[in-house]
Amino acid sequence: MKTELSRRDFLKTSGALIVTFSAASVAEPFVTAQGPFDTHPSHVDPDKLDSWLAVASDGTVTAYTGKCDFGQGMWTVQAQLVAEELCVSVDRVKLIQCDTSVTPDQGTTSGSQSTPTNFNTRNLAQAAATAREALVAMAAHRLGASMDQLSVEEGVISATSGSRVSYGELIGGEHFELAVSAAAKRRSPSEWKVLGKPVPSMDRAALMTGMFEFVHNVHVPGMVHGRVVRPPEVGATVANVDENSVQHVPGLIKVVVRSNFVGVVAEKQSQAAQAAKDLKVSWNPGPELPTQKDFYDYLQKQPSRDVMLVDSKDVDDKLKSAAQVLTSTYSHPYQAHGSIGSSCAVADVQADHATVWSATQSVYPTQHGLSMLTGLPLDRVRVVFVRGSGCYGLNAADTVSYDAALLSQAVHKPVRVQLTRQDEFISENYGSACVIEQQAGIDASGAIVAWDCATWSVSFGGRPGYDKPGNVITGMLAGFDPETIAPRAAVEPTGELRNGNNAVPSYVVGCIDGKCGGAGSIRSERVLTHAVKSPFFTGPLRSPLRLQNTFAHECFLDEISAHVKADPVAYRLQHLSETRIIDVVTAAAQAANWVARPSPKRGNVHTGTVAGRGIACVAYEGDNGYAALVAEVEVDQATGRVQAKRFVVAHDCGPISNPDGLRNQIEGGVLQGTSRALGEEITWDDRKVTSIDWRSYKTLPVGMQLPAIEIVLLDRPTAKATGAGETAITLAAAAINNAIFDATGARVRQVPFSPERVKAAMSDLLKKT
Amino acid sequence: MASISLKINGRVHIVDAEPVTPLLYVLSDDLQLRGPKFGCGLGQCGACSVIIDGRAVRSCVMPVSAVSQREITTLEGIGTLEQPHAIQQAFVDEGAAQCGFCLSGVILTAKALLDANPAATDEQIREAMSNVLCRCFTHTRMMRAIKRYQKRRA
Repeated sequence: MKTELSRRDFLKTSGALIVTFSAASVAEPFVTAQGPFDTHPSHVDPDKLDSWLAVASDGTVTAYTGKCDFGQGMWTVQAQLVAEELCVSVDRVKLIQCDTSVTPDQGTTSGSQSTPTNFNTRNLAQAAATAREALVAMAAHRLGASMDQLSVEEGVISATSGSRVSYGELIGGEHFELAVSAAAKRRSPSEWKVLGKPVPSMDRAALMTGMFEFVHNVHVPGMVHGRVVRPPEVGATVANVDENSVQHVPGLIKVVVRSNFVGVVAEKQSQAAQAAKDLKVSWNPGPELPTQKDFYDYLQKQPSRDVMLVDSKDVDDKLKSAAQVLTSTYSHPYQAHGSIGSSCAVADVQADHATVWSATQSVYPTQHGLSMLTGLPLDRVRVVFVRGSGCYGLNAADTVSYDAALLSQAVHKPVRVQLTRQDEFISENYGSACVIEQQAGIDASGAIVAWDCATWSVSFGGRPGYDKPGNVITGMLAGFDPETIAPRAAVEPTGELRNGNNAVPSYVVGCIDGKCGGAGSIRSERVLTHAVKSPFFTGPLRSPLRLQNTFAHECFLDEISAHVKADPVAYRLQHLSETRIIDVVTAAAQAANWVARPSPKRGNVHTGTVAGRGIACVAYEGDNGYAALVAEVEVDQATGRVQAKRFVVAHDCGPISNPDGLRNQIEGGVLQGTSRALGEEITWDDRKVTSIDWRSYKTLPVGMQLPAIEIVLLDRPTAKATGAGETAITLAAAAINNAIFDATGARVRQVPFSPERVKAAMSDLLKKT
Repeated sequence: MASISLKINGRVHIVDAEPVTPLLYVLSDDLQLRGPKFGCGLGQCGACSVIIDGRAVRSCVMPVSAVSQREITTLEGIGTLEQPHAIQQAFVDEGAAQCGFCLSGVILTAKALLDANPAATDEQIREAMSNVLCRCFTHTRMMRAIKRYQKRRA
């Protein structure tokens, strides 16, 4: 099995399939920083079958996809999809991912959208189904048989008469010259032979033996090395760059300054690193930062852009007439993507064209940004995806691609840029800090009758999309403006319920103009969101805002449940109406041997180590996957240290494409969520970010005390395929928090649940009792 | 610049480098090895790990002049695609990777430990892995793979 694609292979396989620019007249969609799913017309026409698939004379299938693999398994599972639809084994499929020269523009690989986009009845899945039907029709003609007399196996079509013909003989190397057919029938999950099976990830052996080519391993002839010098303080601007300060560095090629962008290029990487370290740059200080200690209060006082997602107009009355009202405020910090590999890219910018090898999630949007930065025409810029370190959202892969292009353009040579960990920690697009305030009215029976929720999140920059290179640090330093928040009052919600950020709790009906899109039964509902300008760059981090919102909702539901002395599982089920979320809650509770009783656990004393259990659930983005998570934890009350002991996940993403890949995502998601819940937090002082390495930004190591992770997969073969990479992580903080409460009776309303915060919450509790 | 002789994966290489150059840059830039990777550059994550004289070492903070004449082994030096080392096979069997960027740190740290102490307890394995990072959090499968290798080599 060939385990890697060299750049030469990309070029070789792309030649025959470049189609002409077609849909330029189509109106371009409006792109916002957080609008990662848009696509633009490109020269690779997604309506044409040949843009997606080619069959060689040896029967090998080459498929072209705009959704790429950064470790979440999209390479293997898309190969399975193509193999399934074409009735060949998976090793006959060669997948070309994300290259602006040859793959369709599928926007950004993000937001748990790859599976919904390519595995339902559009795009790659539909193209593969179209190809199979076309081949069968060709075979019918060739063999003089009717289509219902034909069967396909391993790329060979056989008639009941015994005559047969292979794909290679039918089409080998030729174009289909067909449109992707919306009527082509996808193979039914009941027939699946490749899809739905735990096919081992195809990159495994190459990864384990150090043979896999990451973007960090790309070598281009004549390549030299660049490093950047980022403003040490947030918002600082260049006052002076003393180029003489690095003239002693051997191999130095150039100091590059463009507006506030500063970088160095040298023959060797160590020389570039030394030059970046030694270069004397005077910076004008940026604005003073809001104090971290009071940041959540500060946040709620800023001008904001408000959106009312749902408002039944009776919330104030219902709260007034309720038997009891509970109120709570939850907060979540900025967190880093913190890829294990600091980001890297290679760019070769020449006078009239450029090639950039990039781990970006967005080859086409990045192509647009690079065209703006370099001034080269769009069609003279090629962006080739090469896997980087796992990104979990908008890490520095885009910005380092800009760095490499700016430096390459300045020295007229291919330049590889390796960011340092500190470069990335101080200026990446952090996951948003949030404050979530909630009120609930409870009737005399203990049922929730009204839910009022107001959220504050922060935003500055974000995904560059097709026209905002200033949304990441390099683009801004080079002179492009970042997108920022324009304050605006909320207007009446109209149309369908939009719950893409999970700002609307699962327990409300979610009704707008009589049309209800919520997963719950509480009729009196109000959800108001405030977006505030962030002092730091922000961007999507795995389960962006969905995690923060779900944390607040699921903990608050638990608070109410404890207040009315109800069992947290039963109380959830009492207020849920959507079958699929009910089913995951039930399945998780059952698998965890959940014993119905209220929290906190009776009999736990306030000394020593105590154990507890908690549950949380989500309808991810409203309808893009469902999961429930039971967490069992131990809390050492002397130190405040929390230890996750066991997780039980029930998960529903529709038809399961690869159960092994799915489990890998769930296991990783739950543990990454645990690390984020227990330790991860961006910190700063009055001018600069102070969490700059793996000592000051805490992550749980491979040698952590591992909890047991048990997974129940609910397969729904006839449902639409949903995302699965972000559902489990969304629940970790909430389930752990509820388990800490169950164990100790103390509620920690701020992430991360550091030993100090847990101890403080326990000591507050003792003061009250 | 000095001419430095390095013994890597059983072969001698002569490279031109400043003596203080981190070994990682020589391995990945001059010799184009893909196993050891730049993770943090601070010796805190493990992605750049190599084995030197039986011990897992962070090559991003190791001056190249300090390891001349010593046996250096990278992830690609312990096994091949066709014939992976038993620990690599254990990781393949367990599917113990997501992005896979951290694997030099995970696999080589575990291998060095178990080669020196085949009967290492779970606690000793955890201790050895306590400054090795994987940000995809494939920890569960990795620890299973390490145990699988330990059993296989016993």
